[in-house]
Amino acid sequence: MGTYIIRRLIWAAVMLTIVSIITFAIFFLVPRLAGATPESLASRYVGRTATAEQVKDAAEQLGFNDPLIVQYGRFAKGIVLGADYNYGPSVEHCPAPCFGYSFLTRLPVWPDLLDRLPVTMSLAIGAAVIWLIAGVATGVLSALKPGSVFDRAAMGIALAGVSLPIFFTGIVSLVVFSYGHPFRITAPGGSFTPFSENPAQWAYNLILPWITLAFLYAAGYARLTRAGMLETMNEDYIRTARAKGLSERVVVVKHGLRGALTPIVTIFGLDFGLLLGGAVLTESTYSLPGIGKYAIDAITNQDLPKVMGVTLVAAFFVVLANLIVDLLYAVVDPRVRLG
Amino acid sequence: MSFLEVKDLRIHFPTDDGLVKSVDGLSFSLERGKTLGIVGESGSGKSVTSLGILGLHKGGRARISGEIWLDGEELVGASQEHVRTLRGKKMAMIFQDPLSAMHPFYTVGDQIIEAYRIHNDVSKKVARKHAIDMLGRVGIPQPDRRVDSYPHEFSGGMRQRAMIAMALCCDPELLIADEPTTALDVTVQAQILDLMRDLQRDFNAALIIITHDLGVVAELSDDILVMYGGKCVEYGACEDIFERPEHPYTWGLLGSMPRLDREPTERLMPIKGSPPSLINVPSGCAFHPRCAFEERTGGLSTTQVPELLETEGGHLVRCHLPRERRRAIWENEIKPNLEAS
Amino acid sequence: MHRRRLGVAATGAVLALAVAACGGGSGSSTSSSGGSAAGSESKSEFNAALTQVVNPSDKKGGILKLANPGDWDSLDPADTYYGYSWNFIRLYGRSLLMFKSAVGKEGNQLVPDLAEDLGTPSDDAKTWTYRIKKGIKFEDGTPVTSKDVKYAIERSFDKEVFPDGYTYFNDFLDWPKGYKGPYKTPDINTDSAIETPDDHTIVFHLKQPLSNFDYFAQLPATIPVPKDKDTGAKYKEHVISTGPYKFEKNEIGKGFTLVRNDQWDPATDPNRKALPDGYEVSTNVNADDVDNRILSGDLDVEVTGVGVQSAALGRVLSDPAVKANADNPVSTRLWYTSVNGNVPPLDNIECRRAVQYATDKVALQNAWGGEVAGGQIATSLLPPAIPGHEDFNLYPPGPDNKGDLEKAKQALAACGQPNGFETNIAYRAERPKEKAAAEALQQALGRVGIKLTLKPFPQADYFGTYAGNPGYAKKNKLGLAMNGWQSDWPDGFGFLQQIVDSRVIREAGGSSNISVRDPEVDKLIDQAVRETDTNARNALWTAIDKKVMEDAFILPNVWTKTLLVRSKNATNIFVNDAYGMYDYLGMGVK
Repeated sequence: MGTYIIRRLIWAAVMLTIVSIITFAIFFLVPRLAGATPESLASRYVGRTATAEQVKDAAEQLGFNDPLIVQYGRFAKGIVLGADYNYGPSVEHCPAPCFGYSFLTRLPVWPDLLDRLPVTMSLAIGAAVIWLIAGVATGVLSALKPGSVFDRAAMGIALAGVSLPIFFTGIVSLVVFSYGHPFRITAPGGSFTPFSENPAQWAYNLILPWITLAFLYAAGYARLTRAGMLETMNEDYIRTARAKGLSERVVVVKHGLRGALTPIVTIFGLDFGLLLGGAVLTESTYSLPGIGKYAIDAITNQDLPKVMGVTLVAAFFVVLANLIVDLLYAVVDPRVRLG
Repeated sequence: MSFLEVKDLRIHFPTDDGLVKSVDGLSFSLERGKTLGIVGESGSGKSVTSLGILGLHKGGRARISGEIWLDGEELVGASQEHVRTLRGKKMAMIFQDPLSAMHPFYTVGDQIIEAYRIHNDVSKKVARKHAIDMLGRVGIPQPDRRVDSYPHEFSGGMRQRAMIAMALCCDPELLIADEPTTALDVTVQAQILDLMRDLQRDFNAALIIITHDLGVVAELSDDILVMYGGKCVEYGACEDIFERPEHPYTWGLLGSMPRLDREPTERLMPIKGSPPSLINVPSGCAFHPRCAFEERTGGLSTTQVPELLETEGGHLVRCHLPRERRRAIWENEIKPNLEAS
Repeated sequence: MHRRRLGVAATGAVLALAVAACGGGSGSSTSSSGGSAAGSESKSEFNAALTQVVNPSDKKGGILKLANPGDWDSLDPADTYYGYSWNFIRLYGRSLLMFKSAVGKEGNQLVPDLAEDLGTPSDDAKTWTYRIKKGIKFEDGTPVTSKDVKYAIERSFDKEVFPDGYTYFNDFLDWPKGYKGPYKTPDINTDSAIETPDDHTIVFHLKQPLSNFDYFAQLPATIPVPKDKDTGAKYKEHVISTGPYKFEKNEIGKGFTLVRNDQWDPATDPNRKALPDGYEVSTNVNADDVDNRILSGDLDVEVTGVGVQSAALGRVLSDPAVKANADNPVSTRLWYTSVNGNVPPLDNIECRRAVQYATDKVALQNAWGGEVAGGQIATSLLPPAIPGHEDFNLYPPGPDNKGDLEKAKQALAACGQPNGFETNIAYRAERPKEKAAAEALQQALGRVGIKLTLKPFPQADYFGTYAGNPGYAKKNKLGLAMNGWQSDWPDGFGFLQQIVDSRVIREAGGSSNISVRDPEVDKLIDQAVRETDTNARNALWTAIDKKVMEDAFILPNVWTKTLLVRSKNATNIFVNDAYGMYDYLGMGVK
């Protein structure tokens, strides 16, 4: 188990390195191949009004004339060790992980990401709780009476849930529950209140995005749970559990659901990891200042350092989620041996 | 009244294709300390019967009628909840394939503890001790260590022993074993059968063994009930069935029984054809399409359902052949063949 | 001069070097400047805020709620280049001069803010002197001196620290050689550019005469910055206020709040009413969400002033009650097509005129988004809001405005191409409207045998490498190129110089002028720059406009219009022509 974890950690590090190389290549090698010069790259750092001389200075200072491998080394070093940036009157250290500083705001990317992480986490955690409860419960109830009215209705809604895009359900929810309402659930952007500051307000501001996002996922989980439960409830060990005299509730939850849990945990881990990299549509529909909104704003503004930072952070979460899912596997299914 | 009394039990399942009459008018009885073997091919209704006694069809789509009296208490009409409290406590079951019948995600100990604690208000610690005792009793070495193992970490025989421990942990008065040895290899089969016999003696429980293999019940059973197409075709004491079997199907079963005293090169004599459909049961005697003696009934067997009739002292047979002819066929045509081989 | 940056994050063009003249900028209506802020009667009708103050009130208190679909380029006065930001910055910063907070054209008027009066030119308009009022303080109570203004302009010199700003002061002041700003070259004496003989006098020395330097003096870079509080690129996180409001909380990328600045003395400031108690501004808010919230009354202002998104457009126009609360000002942005005289046969003026005559202006207007969201058909360069604008049309397009094909054919014959000719038209690939306009031209010119081939180019390199690179354009026969322009302030110089002066064209590319090469035009510009008499100067801008149209180097398409929706909760709503959007200084809360 110990060596397994170490091996997986090394693998995760390798994955992240590869992602960083690819990201770097996309943003620096590809433009080069497409004919960009060190100056045209640097011009984005110094704004549109800079003179040719200033652009040249900047290109030199940013090291865009160096071989790409040296540039990548510097980029990687910044992430691992940090880097120094000139703020004008003072030079400040950008501590690791330093993804550079934004074209647009001239501020280092990492503190921005850290600042936005709680928003995305709040969104992801809240939505995950809702969709797990709603999705799994619906799936279980559907599976217990397949073909019943409840089952058909639930699966119909689930189909709608997976098919309807967030920007539709999100806007509908805003029109119905927010715009012009006296109680006005959710306010425009920046309305995120940290949990530590005011839990009630935190939940109040997030309830619509939670439900919207959860609706999308709950649908998938309901279907997944239903399929899994239909299978496990036919297993011999369910009959055994009943033969022991267990109540039906215990049979369904402790034995049936437990047996159907493995794929749910797997998918959940990956979904959740992806979400931590930013729920782009939900965050932009509700203007939540999370990682996803940050990413989409960065892309819209062609703010490369931000885009790179988000890409790497998102990749980090996905790799981390994969790692955790693999470890959880052994916990969820004791038949799986890690070695 | 006997400890277990089943009267005219019918278990039917409505399906899209028609009514499946899995069990159709079954009656038998069993005393404490005695063993009944129910024998038949798959689909003959023997497992459905056992699940029916445990009340596991309740709440499902099955239509159940008839009576099941357990220790003076009628179960068919009893509430689902009441039967549940009896399950595991008063009556318990050992299932066929312990690998699939035990939950793969819980330790063997947990599963026994769970079974024990439903019916006994004890702490986890006490239950665990009991589980270890039970595992020891069924012959699992180092039970205090193995109690924390998962089913997949056991060998097949050990798993079946654990399954038995789980079934016995609440001292059931009725124990039903559904093909308890089928999934095991031959030497382990013998050990398990020995174990069950010993335990039955210790617990003084009524035991029902369900199997397709007459060999398994030969050593254990007091009575044997042969099922075909949801009905009892022959029912009698162990000696009756082995010494004086009167139903052609029973003869077939005896002929297809693998025996240790036979040469391995010799071929079994399997019964021709396949088990009957339970939806479109053949007219008359359900066995007639496969019966080698069908024409000797003068056509009766294709048109009339034979009655289950007593041939002598508690030995019941469902066959249109006259008793004398049955005996003659057995003595002259079947028995010599079986012994010669 | 110099371009204002694009204000719409959604078009993804913020960083693009090539963006010509976009963004929420100066604006106008064709209205007269009759209505003044006080006392005019308000009516809820379409376009009411173009000519009068809607919901006039002097009630103090309340919080105005604003939202920005994108993010500020910067809140730092040295580093911001958006019209809306210049409009808004007056709440927390005082520059030497400012545009009056008034309705329509009256808002074009420069009035003193920090300064006691407009600038005094001397030395053939090469030296400009301003006196600074006494009693003005920073939010911490420190008095503002001329040195704080000088320092503010010096720091704005450093484009590596403040890349978003403009370079007016860099280009025109007589900086010492080797000067790189106060951070990199703190020891260089800059008196050759800016002198501060005493704490209340500031003197600017220019390299060349500039008759309209007062427009420079209203730039946010003249908002004083206390040197000991300057944190360079981080100063935007907490700008030290001189206006009626100061920053309470500022989370870059999310939003900020302004509260009253108790060090602001209304006695020094006749221009600001400072009605609300504060401002709540959210940034990076979904643009459609912003529209919906303004329509429902949850929000007051979409701060960039670029108008509602297409999703809300139909809703506003189709409901008379909603439309009555909307305004449709014409901005100072011109969309046009450059006609490159370097590419034969367009080197022949008659062929260029044929293009003018054959154009279907109605189709062009539709391509740009129609009458309300697209713009008003343009027949010359200078937009109606800019002094010097004159209504004229040298190429009457026929009664239905769809082109005069007869005249076009005559011009082609005179050019020696009676059957038409073939050439290419460049546009920015990322811009569907430019593509639509190019297609409309393709169709219209095809009627007289001028065959256009569409050539899309990436907008980031549009001016540097492709359409704006004279060598490339000539070699690849880019006879026509889609282009756009907006002035930084309502003035002929700001609008025309960068797009018609042939001397701004660089062989390496990058200039917005890609077609106008007329020495006479250059001469007229030099004349105008020296002319200190406003009326005479404006007449020169008109003459330049006419000359360029005569040359047919530019085919004007439309002057853009935006659809703004008034807040349900705000008072004193009016469009200021200087910004082409609601004036944020006047607005109060009901």
